[in-house]
Amino acid sequence: MNDQPSLPVKTVSSKAVIRNSILSFVLFGLFLVGAWATFKWIKRQPHEAGALRPLRKTLDFNEAVFSNVFDTAVLVKEYPVSQAAKRVRVNGMDGLRDSVNEETWRLKVIRSPGDTLQLTLEDIKKLPKKDIVFDFKCIEGWDQVTHWAGVPLKTFMQYYGLGMQSKMKYVGLQTPDKKYYVGIDMPSALHPQTLLCYEMNSKPLPINQGFPVRLIIPVKYGIKHLKRIGTMFFSNDKPADFWAERGYDYYAGH
Amino acid sequence: MKTILYKHPLAIRWFHWVNFPVLTCMIWSGLLIYWANGVYKISWGNKVLVKFFPTGFYKALNVPFHLAEGMSWHFAFMWLFTINGLLYILFTVFSGQWRFLLPNKKSFKEAWLVLLHDLHIRKYKAPQIKYNAAQRIAYTVIIFMGIGSLITGLAIYKPVQFHFFTWLCGGYAAARLEHFILTLGYVLFFLIHIAQVAKTGWNNFQAMITGFEVIKLSPKKTPHE
Repeated sequence: MNDQPSLPVKTVSSKAVIRNSILSFVLFGLFLVGAWATFKWIKRQPHEAGALRPLRKTLDFNEAVFSNVFDTAVLVKEYPVSQAAKRVRVNGMDGLRDSVNEETWRLKVIRSPGDTLQLTLEDIKKLPKKDIVFDFKCIEGWDQVTHWAGVPLKTFMQYYGLGMQSKMKYVGLQTPDKKYYVGIDMPSALHPQTLLCYEMNSKPLPINQGFPVRLIIPVKYGIKHLKRIGTMFFSNDKPADFWAERGYDYYAGH
Repeated sequence: MKTILYKHPLAIRWFHWVNFPVLTCMIWSGLLIYWANGVYKISWGNKVLVKFFPTGFYKALNVPFHLAEGMSWHFAFMWLFTINGLLYILFTVFSGQWRFLLPNKKSFKEAWLVLLHDLHIRKYKAPQIKYNAAQRIAYTVIIFMGIGSLITGLAIYKPVQFHFFTWLCGGYAAARLEHFILTLGYVLFFLIHIAQVAKTGWNNFQAMITGFEVIKLSPKKTPHE
């Protein structure tokens, strides 16, 4: 067995050894200082939507990469209903603090400025219903298999003749009090598993889960699943997004 | 005149030292992310033996409770970690450096002797070209850990697109736990690595910066048992 490789050996002057050592250490020192200075420089940059600007730019870059590379038709894994949690985790009540009345609540769909469609819960329930049991994932790191039902947003938009609007880049959603709001890229909004959801575990949504209608968008993290939708609109610019303003990734998609 | 041994090519030194601050940033930002759902602990029955992590731990490290900040750093530096790691692997494969790195048939037996030697149980200096058997195993394992961090990371970052990875990891929750355990592994590796480098001495350490070691003249016979 003589396949042992050996390291190159050379004879050089003592001066060369010292010179090369000093050069290497100087470069090494510069590298360390450079790394530290880069870190400090990033920390010093102004915030853009709650994140340091170079990092926000990188999040946007990631979004551009992933939204181009990914096949948006990929479906989220579904589970049997028996695996769905009975006690569903509640994480945040932003936008839900006012009282809500099924009789007076309307889903306002702004088709274009001055042209708003007002829909009742019954209108939405008339459309074909779809159930989904999937692993709901929170950006905090927990996940839970949960069971939801409603009308796919794509079906809803087709039914109400929102073909022109579906050519735009984003859907914006707001709670009735406008205190919670999200922006969704159109491919994710039109994903076949994205629902205007009004049932959880085959019962009407509880108040703290967004009664009467919420968004369920399995290709996104929980921050995008807006509860209690008040207004829906369409835009080519990024709609305001509650968590993206607070330093989170706008895309938040998976 | 001096005889010098070229130990570490420039590329390997570069990848090694770039990885150091990048991995530090990944671990620090990872800690910020983990804290948002810091549920891991080791329990025996009802008794919690180790909690990851007590509040004092974050305080001592000056880590804030800032999930968004953690993610913004993590998802920026992930590129550097991945690119640097891939370049390191490509270089190691195509330059032939893997011959000094990968464990061979004898490595596992020799690594045991290295361990006994390092623990001062047995007088034995293992044969070594560039790395001894224990180093070969450790440095190879750390590459696979890096690949593991990438796979488990993608499995939790984009679990729909990378559903194959998520499945491979045993699901989303399992992938997150594995990602965390790998990180503990890096910290453990780092501590042992630093101790070993300190113990081995200056000549070895400076070679990771200059690339070469000066060989003492008057070659003696390599001491055997």
